[in-house]
Amino acid sequence: MNTDEVKIEIQHLTLAYGSYVVMRDINARVKRGSIFVIMGESGVGKSTLLRNMIGLQHPAEGDVLYDGRSFWGLDEEARRLQLRKFGVLFQSGALWSSMTLAENVALPLAEYTSWPAADRQEVGRLKLALVGLDGFEDYYPAEISGGMRKRAGLARAMALDPEILFFDEPSAGLDPILSRNLDQLILELRDSLGATVVIVSHELASIFTIADDSILLDAESRTVRAQGNPKELREHSTDPKVRAFLTRGEFAERGATP
Amino acid sequence: MELVAERKTPDVLLAHLSGNGRQMSTLSELEAIRHALSEGPPVKSLEFDTAGLSAWDSRFVAFIGQCVEMARGRDVHVRCDGLPEGVHRLLRLAHLLPENADAHRVVVKEPFLQRLGERTIAGWEGTLGLFTFLGQNLMALGNLLRGRAQFQWGDAFLVMEQTGPAALGIVAMINFLVGLILAFVGAIELTKFGASLYVADLVGIATVREMGCIMTGIILCGRTGAAFAAQLGTMKVNEEINALETFGISPIEFLVLPRMVALMLMMPFLCVFADLISIAGGFCVSVSMLDITSTVYLNRTIQAIELKSFLLGIVKGTFFGFLVAYTGCLRGMQSGYTAAAVGQATTRAVVTGISAIIASDGVFAVLCNGLHI
Repeated sequence: MNTDEVKIEIQHLTLAYGSYVVMRDINARVKRGSIFVIMGESGVGKSTLLRNMIGLQHPAEGDVLYDGRSFWGLDEEARRLQLRKFGVLFQSGALWSSMTLAENVALPLAEYTSWPAADRQEVGRLKLALVGLDGFEDYYPAEISGGMRKRAGLARAMALDPEILFFDEPSAGLDPILSRNLDQLILELRDSLGATVVIVSHELASIFTIADDSILLDAESRTVRAQGNPKELREHSTDPKVRAFLTRGEFAERGATP
Repeated sequence: MELVAERKTPDVLLAHLSGNGRQMSTLSELEAIRHALSEGPPVKSLEFDTAGLSAWDSRFVAFIGQCVEMARGRDVHVRCDGLPEGVHRLLRLAHLLPENADAHRVVVKEPFLQRLGERTIAGWEGTLGLFTFLGQNLMALGNLLRGRAQFQWGDAFLVMEQTGPAALGIVAMINFLVGLILAFVGAIELTKFGASLYVADLVGIATVREMGCIMTGIILCGRTGAAFAAQLGTMKVNEEINALETFGISPIEFLVLPRMVALMLMMPFLCVFADLISIAGGFCVSVSMLDITSTVYLNRTIQAIELKSFLLGIVKGTFFGFLVAYTGCLRGMQSGYTAAAVGQATTRAVVTGISAIIASDGVFAVLCNGLHI
């Protein structure tokens, strides 16, 4: 991979809660403009890895490089500028419950731009329209459904035209149709915004539809088990555990019966 | 349900199960099987006959399961083909999946010294957290004064409205009652010395120096401090605070600072209000119970209250406002990620807040004594 093409580089990252090590020595490179999926069983540390990448939790060891620059080595002000280039969609949407949807989208704009309020409102409306929530600007998060909250969270994540979008389990709690629509939306956004996308997921259908590249975290060895395009991994991986994960265990069962 | 165990051959035990399997008396019918297994020549095989069984439920399956386990413990072979098809399947499902051996909780009793050490470390970390939060707040306040904070006055005004005007009713009621009580106590004791006029002094000084600001502080702690902890705790559960951080917005400046500023700005007003109401309470008792005219009472009150006492009350009130906001927000930000943790944070906010108010009032008393205020 050409170094110009590498948007994110995870270097020897060790994740820990206190003295309890969740994952050790994670290494990965994410290509500019690609959709990168962090896979693994429930509770393996996928979301923890994400938290370490977006600055919510300090890694026990190692670093994350964005455009070749260390993220954890930055001082506070520089890190804030780097954070401006991120858009994060949390599992539950994490909308600010005391604000309307439009205000939710407009707040990051107010923080980082000096646009007049009317312009921010208009951009907020546009972002909400992009995710199909035109007309819901003045609703509070408690007044809309879970799927809508998630889409509104996506609109907010895109507020600042981020270079990198992070998604924590985007399809969790959505029905298959909604989840498929969200996949299409992610693909379209990537293509139109040119953003790099990092997704934490274990929804195989969605992974095969959108992922360009992936890593599989393994609870047993507590590190990366496999890296590559998930479809290729499914077809060509020699590691039975990797194939078992990507085929919902069907491979392992077939292997067990002669 | 009827259970009859008989020997089919000398080493095969056949259990006849008939009637309605839903109407078993208890699982203790197992005893009959155990009895039959241990009596007479050793049994090699256990079989079931359920031809006369009309219905069964989960308890029946559990019963058969226990029979199977008991038989296995005695090296007795179990033939399940006499059982209803569904029972057979459920048993196979339950036995096929290996027991999650590591799921059983092992309670390790830690030695006393280890617990003591862990408590001490936790206590020390708690204290550090207290000061870290204080430092973060002071830095945020510095940013605000230099006009660089991510601070929205709109939020502060909203909190001011919720903590100020909306609290007037309860502040008035409590302080009126406190004024009444002070005057009652004073009336009973001072009349004995013929000094009932000094009830005005007692009520006036006690109110402006101590009771006005303390009672208001405690009311706000229960009312507003708890609300702050619950709000911030819920925002934490909902990942809203994480969302702020990922946008590079400091939760301290954005959430804590408006609350702190609002309370510190509102407290002086609430204190003055509380003082007036409390003195009115004392006035009512004195004028109605004692032989004091209203003019005399008011004049006496005005003479008794020194400006410095009044200002001391206001300063203390402002400080208590800071304490309430500080403890409420601190506990809210420290909250865990569950509903129970939010409840705990709220409780801790009120407990810490009230303790801090009383303790710091003690410090104020000592200081004022030393400084002759």
